[in-house]
This record gives sequence, structure tokens and C-alpha cells, in this order.
Amino acid sequence: MFDRLWRFHGGLKLPGHKQLSLSHPLATAPLSEQLIFPLMQRPGVTAKPLVAVGERVLRGQVIAQAEQLLGVPIIASSSGTITAIDEPRAVPHPSGLPGPCLIITTDGLDEALPVHPCADFRALSPQAIREKIRAAGIVGLGGAAFPSAIKLTPGPRRPIDLLVVNGAECEPYITCDDQLLQTQAHDVVRGAQILLHLLGLQQGIIAVEADMQAAETALRAALTQLGETRLTVRAVPVVYPTGGEKQLIYALTGRETPSGGIPADIGVICQNVGTTAAIYHAIVRGEPLIERIVTVTGQAIRQPQNLRVRIGTPIKTLIDYCGGYRAPPSRLIMGGPMMGFALTSDEVPVVKATNCILVASDREVVTEKVAQPCIRCGACAEVCPVELLPQQLYWYSRAEDLERCKTYNLFDCIECGCCEVVCPSHIPLVQYYRSSKSKIIQKNQEAEKAAIARRRHEMQLARKEKERQERAERAKLKKDALAKKKALDEQRAAAQSNDNSDTDELK
Amino acid sequence: MVLISLVFAAFGVLLGYSALRFKVAGDPIADRIDAILPQTQCGQCGYPGCRPYAEAIASGEADINQCPPGGEAGIQALADLLGVEPKPLNAAHGQEKPKSVAVIIEQDCIGCTKCIQACPVDAILGAAKHMHTVIAAECTGCELCVAPCPVDCIIMQPLMPTLDNWQWPSPQNRIH
Repeated sequence: MFDRLWRFHGGLKLPGHKQLSLSHPLATAPLSEQLIFPLMQRPGVTAKPLVAVGERVLRGQVIAQAEQLLGVPIIASSSGTITAIDEPRAVPHPSGLPGPCLIITTDGLDEALPVHPCADFRALSPQAIREKIRAAGIVGLGGAAFPSAIKLTPGPRRPIDLLVVNGAECEPYITCDDQLLQTQAHDVVRGAQILLHLLGLQQGIIAVEADMQAAETALRAALTQLGETRLTVRAVPVVYPTGGEKQLIYALTGRETPSGGIPADIGVICQNVGTTAAIYHAIVRGEPLIERIVTVTGQAIRQPQNLRVRIGTPIKTLIDYCGGYRAPPSRLIMGGPMMGFALTSDEVPVVKATNCILVASDREVVTEKVAQPCIRCGACAEVCPVELLPQQLYWYSRAEDLERCKTYNLFDCIECGCCEVVCPSHIPLVQYYRSSKSKIIQKNQEAEKAAIARRRHEMQLARKEKERQERAERAKLKKDALAKKKALDEQRAAAQSNDNSDTDELK
Repeated sequence: MVLISLVFAAFGVLLGYSALRFKVAGDPIADRIDAILPQTQCGQCGYPGCRPYAEAIASGEADINQCPPGGEAGIQALADLLGVEPKPLNAAHGQEKPKSVAVIIEQDCIGCTKCIQACPVDAILGAAKHMHTVIAAECTGCELCVAPCPVDCIIMQPLMPTLDNWQWPSPQNRIH
């Protein structure tokens, strides 16, 4: 059915630098002395520790639970003793601010809780599978870390007809998905089978980039071996950002995700290959998500390679394992050169979203050039994969005209950075967009807070008014009672004097 | 002639009916002004709260530049709404400050309840002769509780950036 490819608007052909990390086989990072788990999973979603300092925990044990819908449990990735449950530590966040972390000091035994494998996932109901996925702490491993169980619950109003498993790793330098497909293609295919069962689908596409031949071959072999005919492998052209969910879906199906919408609105559910393999491990083997593959690469690292890493491992452990820095790194980046962000310390832990650690040398980092005025050349609009008008957005962002930014669909911007790469004036466009998005979000939060304050103030005024009325009423009652009593007294006195006069008259 | 009179009479009836049928309750302009005001309820504008100030602006009694917590952005929004020229904040009403919340130094609190009575949004919790505390999430930073405290145990703490409220900064390099 989907036997042709579509070409999405814009995008760029970027030098891949993929061989740097692919030339070395996949290795396993050593168990670090400390495992660090940031409690904050996204703004407003913070997990609550379930363990106490000094407690011994086993691999696979839930150590913190998030109450909010958009949170997942935090799971110990090795055995050891809890040494802190709320310690401020450097966390992977663009701000460089510290965040509360839970820390396990490992004992090296790597003892695990007993697992409960499931021989036949087809016997499980979709809801039971979703619950297992959530309990296993699975989030999107492509970098956004959105809880997978929620993404796999499109609801009755969004009929789904296609599964897309995203292995189109488009950002330069990153090869963790490529490496995963080369070594664990079977697990990815089995994970995709679970997703087909879960969503009640008959067709799915596993997408890779055209230059990932080894991965493609491994996938085809796995499909043949497992006799799986519902799934097909498609190689998409190497154009950044073809691995963006919405861009990939367009490239494969020609369906365009509406502005402000999600792929489920057009009948597609997309999952990263790493997530898909993790789902297989969680459902069939009963193993929660406690490790992932991380690409450690760049010209300033001695041995670039892909590593199987326990979640919570400090990045420094990975760098030491890769032979340390070749030269003082110009910048340490989590993610790729296009969409990643700079880290301020190598003490930060690997989290589920950590797909790549780019240890960039001076030559790799584009020295920040002085921005020149926008000459309205329109090159940015030509490469924008979302077909926005980057120069207009820049203009309104600079003028802090947030309403216009919204009108020009700022929130559809995926921050891919294509516009910035082609800008002849070297304007840091994405920074403007991110800043404007922050401002709009903050403004909305402030408006919400103001509405609450208004309500609380109105309630207080109403309460005070009620109290005043009640007081007045009580005073009135008292006054009335007094007046009544006085009147009665007077009446009595009058009656008495009347009696007296009566008797006087009688006399 | 008669026909025209009849038509006019019909319109008159229609207008009269519409005036009753589509009567707008309250003052819509004051509502829209109130929506822009920050709801700090601090009274720095000279009115006992944001709503009375909104009504005063709507009636032309007060100027748009009397709200320090709203700041320049608030004045700009009011100017846009009312179609007037924005003007700088009137210094007589105070200055724009970074957003803060009140914090009670709890070991110094004597439990007099004076701050509780002063708080316009019921954000202070406590009882007579018991320690009081500020519910930080509900505090608007109006500072009305600071003056009544007989032991000066309330301080205003500026909101620090945290992971939850951090914002991407605007590009530094603005020479373009």
C-alpha cells in the first residue's frame, strides 16, 4: 500500500560523521560507583522517592513513583544502597541548574528482583500491555522521553491504521539506533509485533535511512526469519530531519500531521526503534527499562563508540571508558549537533533521553559569529521542514510580539535548526524561537495564577461580606430583643401606673 | 407618510426589545481591564484591589500607569486595549520589582494573626498563638502582610529560577 515515498518540504543534506562511532563494535560500559536519578522528569512532573537513605535496593526495583499522568516510575538500574533521596546534583538540562536526585551507591553484585517473563503476549489484553509498559518505566528513547503507554493510547476518536517504527536516525554523529538495529534487529521486530497486537493493526513500516545498509539487511533477515509479513522495511532518503516523527510519516505515507496535532490524528502511531526493543524486553522477558545504547562521539574523545549504559551512570564514567578526552573539549553536548544542548559538567547522569554524548573539539564547534541584520533572503523559509516563515517568526520574536508568534504557528516549530544553518547573517534563530516559546508558556502560567488569585480574593470578599451581614443581623436581633424588653418593661410600668390610677379613680 | 411612521415605529419596538433581550450584565470593559491586571491585590494603585482599579480605569477616573506589579508590559496591554498611548509607570505608586513571595521566619513568629487578616488571597495559614506560614503557591507577592507584622518576621524572597520555571534566554547578541 505504501510503496512510494514522498518528499517533505525543505530539510538539509548534512555531513553525517557517522563512521566515527560506527567503526568500533558495541561495548558495555562499566558499572559506575554511583547511579544518579533526577527526580524531575519534565516541568511539573516530579517523582516521589519510595525508599529511605540506607535502604538496600535490587536491580529492577521501583525506587520512586510519579503521581502525574506524564510521569513514569524510576527503577533501580543495579543493586546497592540508597545514599541520598533528595540531593541537588547537576542534571542534564539546558539551564545547567541543579535538580533533586536520588542516588544509589552500587555494590557491584548487580542482584536483580525476580522477573516474570510472558511466553505469549497475544494472551494479554491491550490495557494489560500498556500497564506493563508504564510499570517498566518506558519512555520514548528517541530523545523526547514522552511516556510510551500514553502515546500508545490514542483513544476511540483517533482510529489508527498504521504503525511506524522509527529507525531513521537523521541527526549527524548519532548512531545508537543504527547500532541497535545491527545487533538486536530481532528484538525490534518482536517489539513491533507486540505493538501491532496492542493497536490491533495489520500493517507497519520500519523505517531506516538509506545509508544504514547494515541495519536494513539485519532487519530484513529478522523479518524473514520470524516469518513476519505485516511489517515492511523502508529506506528513506538521507535528508535532515527525516527522522522527525511528522517528517518521517509524511515521507512514508504522504499524510500531513495538522498544525497543533499529533500523528494519531492522521491514523499513525510512531515509536522509536529503541523504545520498540525496550517494549519487547519488558513484555516478553519481564525486564524493565534500566539501560540504553548511548553514542559517545566527537573528535575530542579518544575512542568514539556506542555503549550499552545503565540509566543513571555519570557521563564521566563513559568518557573515561572511551579513553578520556583527546584534547580539552570545546563543548560537551547531550544529543546531536543540531538539536542537542550543551552540558555544563561531565558529572551529569545518563537519562532515558540521552541518545548521544558529543564531545566536540574546537574544529567541530562553529564559532559563534556576530549576527548581522536579516536581509530577508528567505533561505530559512526554503529549508523549513514544517513550512513555517522563520524570518517572520524571528521578527516577531525580537519584537516580543507573542500574539503574532502564535498566529505564525511558532509552536509547530520542531527546533531542527535548518534555518539557522543556512542563515547568511548567522542569526541564532532557534534561540529566539525557544525564548519566545518559554515566554508564551510563562505568560499562560501567570494568567492561570492570576485567575486563581482573583478567585481567592473574590471568595475572601464574599466571606467578609457574609460575616459583616451576620454580625449586623446578630446586632439587630440583639437590639430588637432589647427594644422589645424595654417596650415590655414600659408597658408593665404603664400598666402598673394605670392600675394605680384605676384604683385612684375608684377611690 | 403613514408607512414611514409605521416602519420607524417597528424599528423602535425592535430596538427596545433588543435593549432588554441582549442586555449585558456588568461592565464588559472593566472585565477586560481586570483580565489584564496581575491580580496581586496589593493596592499600590490607590484602590482596594485589582477589580476596583479596573472599574476606575473604565470610568476614566484612574490612569493606566498606576500598577507597579503589572509593569511596562501591563501598561502596554492596557494601552492596546483602550486605544491610548502607553506612558511610563507613575513613580508615585511604586516601582516594578522582580516577582517575590512572602516568607515567614517561623521561629520568630508569635502567632498574632495580623498578617492573616492582611492577606488579600488567604495565602497565610495559622491560628492565634500558633506559628503561621505562607502557602508559597498562592502568594501573589503583594507585601501587604509585611507592615502589620509586629516582630518583622516576614521577608519578601525573590523567585529564583528553578528547573520547573526556567526559561530559554533571549539571544545575548542583539547587535543586528
